[in-house]
Amino acid sequence: MSDTTEITIAGCRTVLRQAGNGPPLLFLHAEHGGGWPPLLQSLAQRCTVIAPDLPGFGGSETPDWLDNIHDLALFTLELLEALDLRNVTLVGSALGGWVAAEAALRDRSRLARLALLNPMGIQVKGLNAADPFLATPEETVAANFHNAPQPTDEADLDTQLKNRHAFARMAWAPRLHDPHLLKWLHRLRLPTLILSGAADRVVPPANGAAFAAAIPGARHLVLPACAHLAELDAPEAVLAALQTFIAEPTP
Amino acid sequence: MRFFFFHLMPYAALDPDYDQTHKSAWVTLPNSYYDPEIGADLYNRYLDELEYAAELGFEGIGVNEHHQNAYGLMPCPNVFAGMLARRIPKTTKIAILGRALPVLSNPLSVAEEFAVLDNVTRGRIITGFVRGIGAEYHSLAVNPTESHARFHEAHDLIVQSWTRDGPFAFEGKYYNFPYVNLWPRVYQKPHPPIWIPSQGSSETIAFAAHPDRRYVYLQTATPAVLLFRYMQAYRDEALRMGYQASPDQLGWSVKIHVGETDEIARREAKPHVEAFANKFLRMPPEMLLPPGYTSIASMKRIQEAKKTITGGARTMEQMIEQGTFICGSPQTVIDQLADYQRRGGFNIVMAGLHYGTLPAELTRKNMELFAREVMPALRDATAPANIAAAAAE
Repeated sequence: MSDTTEITIAGCRTVLRQAGNGPPLLFLHAEHGGGWPPLLQSLAQRCTVIAPDLPGFGGSETPDWLDNIHDLALFTLELLEALDLRNVTLVGSALGGWVAAEAALRDRSRLARLALLNPMGIQVKGLNAADPFLATPEETVAANFHNAPQPTDEADLDTQLKNRHAFARMAWAPRLHDPHLLKWLHRLRLPTLILSGAADRVVPPANGAAFAAAIPGARHLVLPACAHLAELDAPEAVLAALQTFIAEPTP
Repeated sequence: MRFFFFHLMPYAALDPDYDQTHKSAWVTLPNSYYDPEIGADLYNRYLDELEYAAELGFEGIGVNEHHQNAYGLMPCPNVFAGMLARRIPKTTKIAILGRALPVLSNPLSVAEEFAVLDNVTRGRIITGFVRGIGAEYHSLAVNPTESHARFHEAHDLIVQSWTRDGPFAFEGKYYNFPYVNLWPRVYQKPHPPIWIPSQGSSETIAFAAHPDRRYVYLQTATPAVLLFRYMQAYRDEALRMGYQASPDQLGWSVKIHVGETDEIARREAKPHVEAFANKFLRMPPEMLLPPGYTSIASMKRIQEAKKTITGGARTMEQMIEQGTFICGSPQTVIDQLADYQRRGGFNIVMAGLHYGTLPAELTRKNMELFAREVMPALRDATAPANIAAAAAE
């Protein structure tokens, strides 16, 4: 299991979970909130896995400065500096994938590679994707999981409401994207892997394809039998893809 | 007691079976359900009803704002106020309750529209500032987690634009204007009255009651027992801030139906008020309560109580019992309103005499009976001095 500590970043008391040895891997959770899913435990066998609760989520504070996705991106860069991590594999799921891309665009000096699971952040017009803000709880489970539906987290109601609030604050409008992200993705000169769940209705695979197409050299892998929360829905497939990606030499 | 007539302008021709295929009459109900020929008739009929209310001697007539729904067809209340402004007697006020400030992109243009109406009517408008209901944040794609902050900033901008000499700079977080310089200036001094319609949030009550503002607090759609509590909360807040609130600072917006007898009134009202509650107001919690619209604490209370405010069919009898609907003979309605005033301590009644699918002839009859039989009997009724004791009953 992971060790849980706290660190203060830009005045925000932040919960960090950490386990394992080896090169650093920073995992940015999806909009349903942080935790220590089995995927991270598996990754910790070869990497030092660090997983913060992003500001506004879970056990971390909601700072006054938390207004938009750019605040989380700059938070991420400040966290990398505070922990003095180098050669980092940055992995983000869904909302966390969006944060990771925004952070890497601003400063990739501490990053070795970028892996994004069903990342939000760009809009492909006409996809008619599912709206997570109008979905009923049952529809949310159906959108998040292709395999046996499971609770998105064990968190109590307070934390779920807190996470949902932070998610809305980041992603309500423009819905799940930043119109100024796509046009600069070509600057992301970093080995990049985009994973899409074939059954993701929130961020359909066409979205992941467009994301990868905008980044020079990025690869796009579609995982069958996987919906929106890939790290929970298809952990083995995600683990295999990430391990292969991490094992590749970087330029 | 002071009486205003209030209209919601629902799309009364809505196919009542829409709910077999759609969750709500809001946001995502396909607008193919709207027939412009029927809608044109309804709009003109509803405007006639508002004009008729002015003729019948109401102190004022009220319009409001909702977006992309069948429940209320007034996305632009100032347009409706404009259509009415020169058609009604020069003594009747127009209450615009309200403009949903956070969901509008430019509150300075709201200040301008109100200022124009204030000039044209020579000071007969009452303005309303609201946040809009949760569904509005879906319909207009405005971030609900910014709702409170935008509301307060837009309020400050509008009031300053009405009261400070321009040009001046307004330097807010959401609204930032190098030149605030309203042409026209407002007609009323220091500015048009501001009313705050609300479902009873404690932050809103404290905001309205603040001694710098003393805005009329208008309670909407609430069971009587909560009405009394919220009215008392306003008076308590005023006292805490060092003054005694007047009953003219408190109002109640309530649907009312008057018939010749209790039995006739109930028979006339039943299908139409139940359509209002069960068809037009129908909304799942995700639509009604987007994240951030209310505090996490209130959101939690609602979720834990598993209350779907709009879920579960409600009967007219339940609504009458709860006090969200007043229905009966003139004497029954007089007694009920007098009792609510005695315990609620409000002077203003915003009477919703059209609701749901109530047809034109019954709406007119309701308005006439109310204006001729109920209003005169209560015109001199005032809230008791020892309101706290009455409210506690």
